[in-house]
Amino acid sequence: MTAYLVTVAILVCEAALIGLALNFQWGLAGLVNFGVVGFVAIGAYVTALLAPELGWLPAMAAAGAISAALSTGLALLSIRLEENYLAIVTIGFGEIVRLVILNEEWLTQGALGIADIPRPFAALGEAFGGDLVFIAFTGALLAIVFLGLEGLARSPFGRALRAIRDDATVTAALGKPVFALRVRAFAVGGAVMGIAGALHAFYLRYIDPSQFTPIVTAYAFMAVIAGGRGSNVGLLLGAGSIMALLEGTRFLKDFISAIDGVQLSALRLGLIGVGIVLLLILRPQGLVPEPRRRVADVLPGGRD
Amino acid sequence: MSAPVLEVRDIAKRFGGLAALDGASLALQAGRVTGLIGPNGAGKTTLLNVMTGLVRPDAGQVLLSGQDVTGLATHRYAALGVARTFQIVRELGSLTVLENLLLAPRRQSGEGVATGLFARPKWWREERANAAKARELLERIGLWKLADQPSAGLSGGQKKLLDLARALLLEPKLILLDEPGAGVSPPVKQELIRLIRELKAEGVSFGLIEHDMHLIGELCDEVHVMAEGRNLVSGTFREVIADRRVVEAYLGVAA
Repeated sequence: MTAYLVTVAILVCEAALIGLALNFQWGLAGLVNFGVVGFVAIGAYVTALLAPELGWLPAMAAAGAISAALSTGLALLSIRLEENYLAIVTIGFGEIVRLVILNEEWLTQGALGIADIPRPFAALGEAFGGDLVFIAFTGALLAIVFLGLEGLARSPFGRALRAIRDDATVTAALGKPVFALRVRAFAVGGAVMGIAGALHAFYLRYIDPSQFTPIVTAYAFMAVIAGGRGSNVGLLLGAGSIMALLEGTRFLKDFISAIDGVQLSALRLGLIGVGIVLLLILRPQGLVPEPRRRVADVLPGGRD
Repeated sequence: MSAPVLEVRDIAKRFGGLAALDGASLALQAGRVTGLIGPNGAGKTTLLNVMTGLVRPDAGQVLLSGQDVTGLATHRYAALGVARTFQIVRELGSLTVLENLLLAPRRQSGEGVATGLFARPKWWREERANAAKARELLERIGLWKLADQPSAGLSGGQKKLLDLARALLLEPKLILLDEPGAGVSPPVKQELIRLIRELKAEGVSFGLIEHDMHLIGELCDEVHVMAEGRNLVSGTFREVIADRRVVEAYLGVAA
């Protein structure tokens, strides 16, 4: 049971990392990205290929950097386009990544996948129990990313992104370099998705293309919608609730004997859908509103 | 006389088969309120969009204090001191009233990824200074008590005032207003007139598109009339409204 809880905790952290990244791109800056899973996969494969040679930290840094670079490239190509086109381009990107990984066997070993990916602090893990050390590592990683993205969201940079999301023309008329800001927002999100991919590779220690299906992207969107667009705190709650629903419903079969495993897995996805619909009816703005700069934050004495 | 704050020369712009602008020229002098009037479809808003870089002209030049800025990106115009408001109010609805104003100031050091994260003390100082200016402006236009409200909840007139206040925080040399009086209640209109006069006295230049002749007559030192994408008549408000061609442009020529 402990092992299972550990698994769930790490899955929640990974989902939260991916969700935070999407929340930055889409929630804050209004840039829709349906190719999330592509960036995560790139992060995971870069890590799997480089970690045995270079060690975990350079591999993870490379995962973030390469994913950010590809995000920048994709953004430069397509962000001038309207939101709908960006959606199409990113869907295409996610699919291209999957196909390249599947077919370029010299690099990725195709459908066989890559095994024996070393974990960070492996020696420490053997001394204290591998899962404990890895959970601490995962938690620290999530905390660092959260603090960084939350700091950015509350900075003038984040405010400019929110303004672009509301109305790009007005923001440009106010002298903000809309295109450059959008590209940067997309790159930051891409970097975090790459790091999430690195975590994925470290945890499973074996990756193959079947782990990177579009459902990963869908979960990230669910977490952002449930948490409230633009709110990182909400995102953590959102990712937590989505994973709780996803994992919690596994135990339905202990209570309902009339359905078999296949039916159950379909039912679980259905239940998550119902959960999202209920949430959108009862709380359309999401669980937590995005952070705003209040008078009391910047002026002593507040509004008096 | 010194170079005009903003000048456009022989601007042409076609949208498909429609010639929105066809050789329009206009000079806005420093420290004055210049009105731009004309019947619907005369090309006033398109000309304003050209003057702020939102629309790139097919031909012609845009000069800012004598310097050619034709074809620069929109955000560069604001950086060079041209602010504008929009005909249909486009507030940044999910930002609070205060945040709308805090967004505007130029050269904020917290607007990059690295500086946003690591130069916090610096941009917090700027933020406090800007907030003090924002407070002064909000008190002036009577929106201070709504400072923490999302701007989507403001009334039409309040949004227009917020739009103007936001433009002011750019500390522009020139403010271009696209129908500031449209859909605004009489008291707010009085408020607008008062505000524009005060700002003019402080040295800000204005360009004003308006259909409300009362507002034009009250504010403008000089009025240009446009029709069919071209200048028709220029002069003081009295001269212009007395001109037969202007009456014809508005009402159509009697056969």
